[in-house]
Amino acid sequence: MRAPSSAEVKVGEPLLSVEAVSLTFGGVRALTGVSFDIHKGEIRAIIGPNGAGKTSMLNVINGFYRPQAGRITFKGEERRTMRPFAAARGGIARTFQNLALFRGMTTLDNIMAGRALKMHRNFFWQLIRYGPALQEEVEHRHRVEEIIDFLEIAALRRIPVGRLPYGLQKRVELGRALAMEPDLLLLDEPMAGMNLEEKEDMSRFILDVNQQYGTTIALIEHDMGVVMDLSDRVVVLEYGRKIADATPEEVKRDKNVIRAYLGEPHGVSV
Amino acid sequence: MPSSDLHLDTLPKLLIHNAATIGGRPAIRHKNLGIWQTWTWEEMLEEIRAFSLGIAELGLKRGDHFAIIGSNRPRLYWAICAGQALGAVPVPIYADAVAEEMAFVLAHAEVKLAVVEDQEQVDKIIALSDRLPQLGRVIYDEPRGLKDYDHSRLIAFEDVQRLGRKKLANDPACLRQWEAEVAKGQGSDIAIILYTSGTTGRSKGVMLTYRNAIISARNANTFDRLGADEEVIAYLPMAWIGDHIFSYVQSYAAGYCVSCPETPDTVLEDRREIGTTYAFAPPRVYENLLTLTMVRMADAGALKRRMFDYFIAFARRWGEKILNGEKVPLTARLMYRLGDLLVYGPLKNRFGLSRIRVAYTAGEAIGPEIFRFYRSLGINLKQLYGQTEASVYVTAQPDGEIDAETVGKASPDVEIKIADSGEVLFRSPGVFAGYYKDPEKTAEVRTPDGWVHTGDAGFFDPKTGHLKIIDRAKDVGRLRDGTLFAPKYLENKLKFYPNIREAVALGAGRDFVCVMLNIDLTAVSSWAERNNVVYGSYQELAGHPLVYDMIAEHVDEVNRSLAEEEVMAGAQIRRFLILHKELDADDGELTRTQKIRRGFIGERYGPLVDALYGGATSAQISTHVTFEDGHQGTISARVAIRDMRPYPARAAKLERAA
Repeated sequence: MRAPSSAEVKVGEPLLSVEAVSLTFGGVRALTGVSFDIHKGEIRAIIGPNGAGKTSMLNVINGFYRPQAGRITFKGEERRTMRPFAAARGGIARTFQNLALFRGMTTLDNIMAGRALKMHRNFFWQLIRYGPALQEEVEHRHRVEEIIDFLEIAALRRIPVGRLPYGLQKRVELGRALAMEPDLLLLDEPMAGMNLEEKEDMSRFILDVNQQYGTTIALIEHDMGVVMDLSDRVVVLEYGRKIADATPEEVKRDKNVIRAYLGEPHGVSV
Repeated sequence: MPSSDLHLDTLPKLLIHNAATIGGRPAIRHKNLGIWQTWTWEEMLEEIRAFSLGIAELGLKRGDHFAIIGSNRPRLYWAICAGQALGAVPVPIYADAVAEEMAFVLAHAEVKLAVVEDQEQVDKIIALSDRLPQLGRVIYDEPRGLKDYDHSRLIAFEDVQRLGRKKLANDPACLRQWEAEVAKGQGSDIAIILYTSGTTGRSKGVMLTYRNAIISARNANTFDRLGADEEVIAYLPMAWIGDHIFSYVQSYAAGYCVSCPETPDTVLEDRREIGTTYAFAPPRVYENLLTLTMVRMADAGALKRRMFDYFIAFARRWGEKILNGEKVPLTARLMYRLGDLLVYGPLKNRFGLSRIRVAYTAGEAIGPEIFRFYRSLGINLKQLYGQTEASVYVTAQPDGEIDAETVGKASPDVEIKIADSGEVLFRSPGVFAGYYKDPEKTAEVRTPDGWVHTGDAGFFDPKTGHLKIIDRAKDVGRLRDGTLFAPKYLENKLKFYPNIREAVALGAGRDFVCVMLNIDLTAVSSWAERNNVVYGSYQELAGHPLVYDMIAEHVDEVNRSLAEEEVMAGAQIRRFLILHKELDADDGELTRTQKIRRGFIGERYGPLVDALYGGATSAQISTHVTFEDGHQGTISARVAIRDMRPYPARAAKLERAA
């Protein structure tokens, strides 16, 4: 479908690195000493069986959870604690496994909401919507329209998102994340619950985002076919531990990964 | 306003003329990033000239053929004119054509260069490239997703224009050369080759001269008094003659502005924003609009629904009479005014037809009920009958002489005669120059003295003097007992119901009539929601017993109305089934203009046809399907068959006696 990219692994400086991160909830160990990095401009997949700690990992990255141990370095700065809004301001945007859109608002307004952090006029100015505030809104609207065009959702501009089919809601959510112009985009199961055609569309958008805007992407996904086609490098988690970290081809052949997904060769007959 | 001078005998000449006379007026619009962008005739001339010089640099020259593939965008229209300015011949291709069909046309037309919309079309062409040795550069409009492609053959539209502008800057003399090249063009030159998606077999390349296209367009403009102030929206396939004449040739001839929608999905909203004054659409568009309205109304609140039902019923009674200027009592007029305020006006606004002066339906027969619905709202919807081979216009209804079941009188300069077989023949200045590389076929269709066989059966209605088309000449058949069987007539009656999307009537040479139906997913899924019908797929919904019950009621109503017509009473529907998949052009079941290919469907669903006539109550079928990306698959299902009870024909006679 597309011309193969010249280099299998995109070489860039690490945008984010996670070192020996551990996270526990009471007695449950969600993550144990996980380390990996995400290079600038790559598509990085985090995979693993159910309960492996994938979403916890994303939540750690965008500051929703605070790990008990370990270090996270983002854009060269080490951070200890971070609030989600600080992560957002720092250039991390995400979508959710279960949609988190404003259902009563239109597609346009939902994506405009993604620009909230970039609006600098204060509440009062925005309220009277005059002069610099109006100009600012026009500029933001222009960016949002580019995203609408990019995601091919012009026909949905005025429709409340609650009325849209699931696959399109996912696309709107991606649009809202893109509106933040993030350096790092976290996608939590972008294809969950989609049919084949919707998956193909979403894959194309993810690749285009990466290619056109140069956005670094970290994604969690269950559909192995999608992961293998999209990502440059894959981290595999199992029971909160990292068991592999390599290119998709290598991961596919990795004994530990096969065992984690298919179970031990003895005991159960297949 | 541009004159109809004889020296303006090609489109590039018209362009230069318009830029000189009405240069500051809008020529074309496109909605981009939510905002309408406008180009005046002067600006458009500059854009076209730059592109024209650019493709000349890439080696396109007089007599070459080049392809245009994509949805309606200003740049693709510009490309047509830019090539014509050099004496090259554009070949627009349906954008939704699958690679196989595209390969046929590109090879048959010996296309040297292609101007395409986006990545999707580029991918198709790349997939075919080793079978098309003569095809050189591929120019794309939308760069998205193409960054990593091999650019040895690909080039962006802007870059081609840049080439042209650079050439113009370095060598001012080339402007004169370009204008001289335009002046070389003559009315008798081939202007365009349009491949018709005929209802049978491979498509044929219809060659039209500039004279064909321009005379037809001027006549149409005069007929409906169209001037430079019209607003139209270009949303039908560029490879269709209707769009070509209407959005391109007529616009150049009259100087009116054409608006290109933002995306194919936003046409309705875009039309509303533009407020079109002149519209042209196949019946399907009107059907879909009506279906959408009915579905939305079914979901509306009780008060709104009652208001809608009341006033629509009122409009059905009086609306058309008011539109035709007949005598109508004052109270009805006042009530209609109120209805306009409450229902018709807002509805027309929704349809984007508030400012409409003339709307045409063409391409296929429209259901009389649908036709009357729009007219009753005060929309001047008219019928015309046309063909690619005629540069569209064969007949059209003059204002005030409207009949739901006729297609009107001969258009200006057109002569019509009916052959003994009932087939309609015409002769006009719009008659095509021939099929490309197919003189035998040309001779079959066009007689030596210029008459063209339309392939349609029809007659002049003695009451109105208008032409009436019953069906394709070869499709009109008889049942075994000799009863007249006009399949399209039945199908159109069925398709009036919003729940029925497509119908295929069978019966020629058989004992009785059977139909195979497609449900309309939009309408039926909304019905299912309201009636608590649970389903997981189109197939499951189509096979649901309650859906069968509902459709059976529609079929029954059609039978009742057939029983009222003497000649048709014997052709009532005895059995029907609902197909497990939607008929699709990709599977060859519909043409690209969405007409059903009855013969092909009959063969493809042979087991179902056998079951319909064999008396079985259900049948097993499995069919190959082609997905949009060209992959093949199989769908199989068990399809149920329903029996219907015909009405006795005497119902009508009783009524007449009473």
